[in-house]
Amino acid sequence: MPTAVPHGVGLDPAATNMALLVVLLPFVAFVLLAVVAPLRRRGQAAGAVSIAAIAVAFLAALFSWFVWKGDAHVQTWAWIPADEGPTATVGVLLDPLSNAMLVLVTLVSLLVQIYSLAYLRDERAPSLGRYYTYQSLFAFSMLGLVLSPSFIQMFVFWELVGLCSYLLIGYWYERPSAARAAVKAFWITKLGDLGFVIGIVMLWTATGTFEFHALFALAQEHALAIEGLGTIMLLIYLGAVGKSAQFPLHVWLPDAMEGPAPVSALIHAATMVTAGVFMVTRAQPLFVLVPDVLVLMGWVGAFTALLAATLACVESDIKRVLAYSTVSQLGYMMAAVGAGAPDAGFLHLLTHGLFKALLFLGAGAVIHAVGTNDIFRMGGLFRTMPQTGVVFIVGTLALAGLPPLAGFFSKEAVLAGVWDSGMTWPFLMLALSVLLTAFYMFRVVFLTFFGRVPATGHPHEPSWTMRGPLWVLATLTVLVGIRLAAGSLRGRHGPGWLAPLSVAAALGGIALAWAMYQRGAVDPGRLAATFPLSVIDALARRRYGIDGLYAGLYRGFILAFSRLIGWIDRYLVDGVLNFVSALTLRGGDLLRRIQSGYAQDYVYGVAFGVLLLLVWAQWWAR
Amino acid sequence: MSLNAYLTLAALVFAIGLFGVLTRRNAIGILLGIELMLNAVNINLVAFARFHGDLRGLVFTLFTIAITVAEVAVGLAIVIVIFRVRRTVEADRLDLLRG
Repeated sequence: MPTAVPHGVGLDPAATNMALLVVLLPFVAFVLLAVVAPLRRRGQAAGAVSIAAIAVAFLAALFSWFVWKGDAHVQTWAWIPADEGPTATVGVLLDPLSNAMLVLVTLVSLLVQIYSLAYLRDERAPSLGRYYTYQSLFAFSMLGLVLSPSFIQMFVFWELVGLCSYLLIGYWYERPSAARAAVKAFWITKLGDLGFVIGIVMLWTATGTFEFHALFALAQEHALAIEGLGTIMLLIYLGAVGKSAQFPLHVWLPDAMEGPAPVSALIHAATMVTAGVFMVTRAQPLFVLVPDVLVLMGWVGAFTALLAATLACVESDIKRVLAYSTVSQLGYMMAAVGAGAPDAGFLHLLTHGLFKALLFLGAGAVIHAVGTNDIFRMGGLFRTMPQTGVVFIVGTLALAGLPPLAGFFSKEAVLAGVWDSGMTWPFLMLALSVLLTAFYMFRVVFLTFFGRVPATGHPHEPSWTMRGPLWVLATLTVLVGIRLAAGSLRGRHGPGWLAPLSVAAALGGIALAWAMYQRGAVDPGRLAATFPLSVIDALARRRYGIDGLYAGLYRGFILAFSRLIGWIDRYLVDGVLNFVSALTLRGGDLLRRIQSGYAQDYVYGVAFGVLLLLVWAQWWAR
Repeated sequence: MSLNAYLTLAALVFAIGLFGVLTRRNAIGILLGIELMLNAVNINLVAFARFHGDLRGLVFTLFTIAITVAEVAVGLAIVIVIFRVRRTVEADRLDLLRG
């Protein structure tokens, strides 16, 4: 039964039903694959089901984007009924924000699932079926998260995408490193989720509602001046820190690269990791009430962007470079939200989703061709894989922020937003990151596609199943860039010197990478040994000790605690049980001797007993 | 003679029989002891029947004698079988039921 329509929001059943269709199609595919085991074990057939579902969902999302782009529609159903209105509701909230995310999620999901058919061709059929089951579940969860009209529904789907991330990182669970990475990703994001759920419940205790619209209405009426709202929003922000891999919880994302490349493209670049940014963008009306949290968000975002960029500069695993780059770009988005420019952050989220998925899929094609992740063992691939090379360079240029590609405009909008808010230091960190981004990405390009070291194996252009998605994403990256250049979507204009500065920084980074890795004019080793860089280089190679710190904490606290529990279990709990059982055994052993086997002994016992009874009856029983 | 004299005789015979059952090593001796104990009971039954003028004691005695005969027949048969198997009827050597 639909509940009352929130204030100021349209209710168009057609719009919400279309959104429901988008979210339920992957769910139907998931249930089908999960329940019908023979279909799942067919592998490619399971893939076809999953792809068909997401393809229709994509068309529906596209339709919804063109028809209801500008308005907001919401429909909710009672989930936990109570006397005075339901305690919690489920439903869909279709507004420009979620509509754009619907298109992005279904598009990238569709392309990734098609790409996976070729990328995972050599997998056993049941494993492939399992892969597509998880993929469908992920698509459903992510779409459900995007459409959530309330914090509680968002949290449920938030955890579901976390679960899918865990399952897909550990897809090759026979590899110990993949299993470990999956657990690490799960636990570290869970650390943030703990804050998220506590924040939600505290907010509910204070206001009595989970609904975004009710909360926003309260915020508008200045009725949200709750004691401790800062703490609540900080806790909710913590959830985004874990999910969107912000410092200091960023350590799980590089390890998550143990999963297949398409999984990294979908979950750890374009969609799930951006859920944190999406959530803070969605809850922006609440965050603006607590400027301190916003400032913290801006600083942490900018710092994460710079930190991850330096880490990417010393990494030699192509996917891990991209992972640190993702962490860095998520830092940009968070910084934009923190600076009060959520539209810029969200624009960067969308463009980044396109070109980072493109880069990951391109990296997957390269890895598929040469059979290694190490960029120092690749080289000259442009000659053997020209198409992959072209699309990878398009993605790289977009990430570096060169016009007229999509990344330039969104990154400029982010920088403008941060500059306008007067956060000078975060702005400088982000500007420096622009240079580093261009540098580390072109380091990868030069080493992989142009380097002099011949690549191992027999590299070859991938099949069309893999090339198709790459070309689609590359084309979209260019088209979106041109569309943004046309100006209609450009929200923010910074000062006049901003665009030349960011382009100059990007070109500087490219020139540096060219000089170091293509021309050989500057020796990377020598440059890294000069004073201020040598310290950063040494620290970055140790990942600033953050991974080590977590490992140490894990060993120190959790293992010590486990040992304590183990000791109690082994010696106290088991001790009592062992003592009782030993007592029984010993008693039985002693009593056993009574059974001598001689009939006469038994008769003797009976006679003696009767005698005792007689004596007792004679003297005591009176 | 008073009833007590008969009862004392029966008690003595019973004690002798019990002593035999407990101490004899030979299975035949144990059977003999059991016979003595049963007959001590018979003496008691007959004595009480005589002094109380109740014929039911005599009837019980006849039953007891008949059952005793059967018991001896079965008991001796078991002893003979044991002898055939174990080549001994010493009670000390028959401890198959030891725990």
